[in-house]
Amino acid sequence: MYICYTFAKCPALSISMNIFRKILQFYIDGFRDMKVGKKLWLIILIKLFIMFAILKVFFFPNFLQTNFDTDEERGDYVLEQITKTNKEE
Amino acid sequence: MENFDMALVDWSRAQFGLTAMYHWIFVPLTLGLSFIIAIMMSIYVRTGDELWKKITKFWMTLFGINFAIGVATGIILEFEFGTNWSNYSWFVGDIFGAPLAIEGILAFFLESTFIAILFFGWGRVSKKFHLVSAWLVAIGSNLSALWILVANAWMQNPVGMTFNPDTARNEMTNFWDVLLSPTAVNKFLHTITSAYVLSAIFVIGISAWFILKKRRIIFAKRSMLIGAVFGLLSTLFMLMTGDESARQVFRDQPMKFAAMEGLYDGEANAPLVVIGFMQKKPTSENPKNADFAFKLEIPNLLSYMAALDPNAFVPGIHDLIRGNEEYGIISYYEKINMGKIAITALSNYKEAKENGDKALASIELQKFRDNYKYFGYGYYNDPYNMVPNVPLTFYAFHTMVGIGVLFLLVFIFVIYFLFKKDIVRARWLNYIALWSIPLAYIASQAGWMVAEFGRQPWVVQDLMPTLSAVSNIDHKSVIITFVIFAITFTTLLIAEIKIMLTQIVKHSKIEED
Repeated sequence: MYICYTFAKCPALSISMNIFRKILQFYIDGFRDMKVGKKLWLIILIKLFIMFAILKVFFFPNFLQTNFDTDEERGDYVLEQITKTNKEE
Repeated sequence: MENFDMALVDWSRAQFGLTAMYHWIFVPLTLGLSFIIAIMMSIYVRTGDELWKKITKFWMTLFGINFAIGVATGIILEFEFGTNWSNYSWFVGDIFGAPLAIEGILAFFLESTFIAILFFGWGRVSKKFHLVSAWLVAIGSNLSALWILVANAWMQNPVGMTFNPDTARNEMTNFWDVLLSPTAVNKFLHTITSAYVLSAIFVIGISAWFILKKRRIIFAKRSMLIGAVFGLLSTLFMLMTGDESARQVFRDQPMKFAAMEGLYDGEANAPLVVIGFMQKKPTSENPKNADFAFKLEIPNLLSYMAALDPNAFVPGIHDLIRGNEEYGIISYYEKINMGKIAITALSNYKEAKENGDKALASIELQKFRDNYKYFGYGYYNDPYNMVPNVPLTFYAFHTMVGIGVLFLLVFIFVIYFLFKKDIVRARWLNYIALWSIPLAYIASQAGWMVAEFGRQPWVVQDLMPTLSAVSNIDHKSVIITFVIFAITFTTLLIAEIKIMLTQIVKHSKIEED
């Protein structure tokens, strides 16, 4: 089996790395040249921070995941909830 | 309401409604504008005309702003499913799992990969690859919409599943029945075409503003042409899918259909109310009863719309509640009885299974299966509590249809004036086009109001009402998050409008090409 130890000795790996570098450079140049985009990215990051670091953590725990350990318990609980009759009156 | 905290139900509904409506402010523009941009870029690639490149770039800027502000606002809805609607999430879990997973894997990655190429690709990738990326962004964003709309359609018309009484979950038995149910297909087509119409109105409205300001006239006229032609074709398709949707609602959600028309007493040769004003007229039977103070009707049209037969009988709210033997309509009273049998049988089945009584479990299971179709009715005693808000549904439906028809005329006039007259001198038409932008958003929201208010009290049609879908949590926490969302989303909306207006004004100051 042939093992590549350096890029020079392994053309396939070298080509893959070049493609990866090109893609990376494409994104770096794209972000660098943004005008309105910089402000929008700031809004996106703030928004995602509020959503995932504040709302999800402090206000939106998954009710069934946090209160029960197994799917069987969750199923039993929901079954109990949905078979409560006379909910309306 | 002895077993349930109705404040919790109401606040949970208000919170979900608020987030869904704000989310839907951002989504339709993304769905439609992505295709308009792809069309504009196609013309640029084909002609090599630099003005088309500038036009494409301008609309891409507005698309980017809307995309950035709106992206991930839908995730909030998924948070709410887990926290506020856990019974519902569990009940439907296996059905929703597949479409939403496909959305995440396929559409989201397709969209997010190619959107970078679309925005960063000018001069860096070949024109053809850039164009392909533009089309893939459009297709990807619309595919995202497909899966969530399939999930919504299943809630309106649950098919392709069976309820597992041991796990308390609905399990998918046929993916294709869920994906290709007539409700899903129609909902998808009607929703995306309405989004295309909104986007087209957005394009011609802003172009009209350029013309009114006498800035970048050729730029504005070309944008308007694409917007108007795209909008006209989309409107025609939207009206066709809307017509088909009405028939589906008539078949699968007759109470919603009756509410959409404010029809209390059914009739053959039913007329369609074109314009009407409703007022409350409580009766001893129904304290929420409303009736028309004034209405303008077209004879037989409602019967034709519902069943393609001008003589067809269209059941009203009272027919559905009291039943109508002549037309084979089962009363809500009977459905309530069957629902109660199903609920009791499910409870007994569970108990018999736990006690190891297989014979009783088998009998109760059969009883449950025979009556499961009306399971949700069993939570109610008074059928009038299962009537949606009739005036709200009626007004929302007529607002949506009225504005949709108005847009058809707007697109036709714009195309006519672009080709046969001088649209620059038709200031009245430009003002109408400009003011059509808020109307498009109103119509779009009204459409969802018809779909969601009209189907109340159901979260899953006939099977699960909202009151049994909510989690058993403190309603005060829901109020807190409602306020947080109201502030966050309003801030995002203000930011979007402000950044967009800045860009529009900035582009209007560029000298004519």
